[in-house]
Amino acid sequence: MSMTITEKILAAAAGKKKVEPGDVIDAKIDCIMCHDVTTPPAISMLREKGIDKVFDADKIVVTPDHFQPAKDIKSAELHKRLDTWAREKKIKNYYPVGKAGVCHALLPEQGHIRPGEVIVGGDSHTCTYGALAAFSTGIGSTDLAAAIATGKLWFKVPASIKFVLNGKLSKGVYSKDVILACIAKIGTDGALYKAMEFVGPALKDMSAEARMTITNMAIEAGGKNGIIGFDDVTKKYLDEHLKDKKEYTVYESDPDAVYEQTIEINCSRLEPIVAFPHLPSCGKPISKCAGVAMDQAYIGSCTNGRMEDLRIAAQILKGKKVAIRTIIVPATPEIWRQAMDEGLFDIFYDAGCVISAPTCGACLGGFMGILAEGEKCVSTTNRNFVGRMGHPKSEVYLASPATAAASAVEGKLADPRKYI
Amino acid sequence: MMSIAHVYKRDHINTDEIIPARYLNTDDMAELATHCMEDLDTEFVKKCQPGDCIVADEDFGCGSSREHAVWALQGAKVGAVIAKTFARIFYRNCINCGFYPIELDGATDKISNGDEIEVDYEKGVINNKTRNKEIKFKPLPDFAIEIIKDGGLLNHIKKG
Repeated sequence: MSMTITEKILAAAAGKKKVEPGDVIDAKIDCIMCHDVTTPPAISMLREKGIDKVFDADKIVVTPDHFQPAKDIKSAELHKRLDTWAREKKIKNYYPVGKAGVCHALLPEQGHIRPGEVIVGGDSHTCTYGALAAFSTGIGSTDLAAAIATGKLWFKVPASIKFVLNGKLSKGVYSKDVILACIAKIGTDGALYKAMEFVGPALKDMSAEARMTITNMAIEAGGKNGIIGFDDVTKKYLDEHLKDKKEYTVYESDPDAVYEQTIEINCSRLEPIVAFPHLPSCGKPISKCAGVAMDQAYIGSCTNGRMEDLRIAAQILKGKKVAIRTIIVPATPEIWRQAMDEGLFDIFYDAGCVISAPTCGACLGGFMGILAEGEKCVSTTNRNFVGRMGHPKSEVYLASPATAAASAVEGKLADPRKYI
Repeated sequence: MMSIAHVYKRDHINTDEIIPARYLNTDDMAELATHCMEDLDTEFVKKCQPGDCIVADEDFGCGSSREHAVWALQGAKVGAVIAKTFARIFYRNCINCGFYPIELDGATDKISNGDEIEVDYEKGVINNKTRNKEIKFKPLPDFAIEIIKDGGLLNHIKKG
């Protein structure tokens, strides 16, 4: 009866003792994440079909983030639809502008993610929450509408791939480099339809925030979910962030659970990695690519816009000047305030960076740092597809906050290890 | 229904290419349709006739969960996408929206750009009239075909 952590969570959500990869189950949803791009269409669909009911207003978390504060009239209309609905349905956990933040940084920070739960969101990077030992996955607007109305969704139980993160990260190498290395190894569809479970000694030294960077990018390998088991680090994070409901169930993979594949990564030997255009799997070690001229650096997003990321960037930017446009986007209002209180804004300002309000912004080519034709941006975000951050002929180079900051200083891809 | 195949011999055609995020400030299908496939092929919308199919290699639709990608294809009156494999969320979104994702091994070898094809979704047969060849594929499971025939998941649920 051995199962992986993903199988155990899905079995519990379906009220079953045992599930196997390939089983189709009807799972109870514990939390639904709603944002400004994919939720307004879901609301319209429900209205059109005459479905007025929300399965549980307390299990829905709403924040505008992609184009917040509204970047133009059309996005303002999306926000208005989201806002009207959230108020009408009396959604308790609604974070309007002022409280709004990048969803995948905001939900864990505000204590909406608990181990053992099933979380869905109208956003592909919903897989982020797996860092807290939960099952979470991204869905489209129709599934979102169905989940909002019924509190249930069908899933095919995914087979699991185990990533063993051996060794210890050396100075200047971060969780972003680990996940870029994993994706470079298996490709952007290497984990298609699969659960990506991360284990191993290198995780011990990673904070819950750093782990979120890893699970955040599970979708970039095609994964259905990314997941990391519960430990002291998880517990400490939850103790600091859970608010009203503090109980949760911890599931662990059985020692003899079945994995479709096991991939070992020696983290001690990793160096900073940059994923070249136009796929997240095009990772190259910095020693082989330093020197490529950049036009912009972007530090933010659901991948790397958390407090720890800003501290790492500030450590490198302190007392220096940036050579290219550098945009810093704290992912949530709390992070924004904390960064200000810690004096990081002074460091960024003195270095010549611009600091934005929390938003997904330019990560997806929305606003606040769009690229012109032919421009290159080193970015701490998660995708470098054609046209992702602006003009179809612009280029995005994915990297850690340290690599992005070092590259901002030099105006070209740079090894952060010499600054740390 | 007869249709012309638009073949893109490429893996990982992603949602940002199918509908760039700069157009996600609307969910109006007709408007999205005018930008369908824009960052991959600016001529696509002009070329595509109602019912035409897109043919590609692996991992079609990877990236974002935006259903706008399916709506853009539906708005542009694309009949189906035929690809070697599909990304998970996009595949599910297609069925939910009542749109056919057809998995076909070696899709871009069996169908060339401009070929005239006819697809029988339930039997799992593509008749390539240009090559005068029948191509078999594994049809979608019955429940998915039911959802598509009902015009998507919500109509299907409502129908009970």
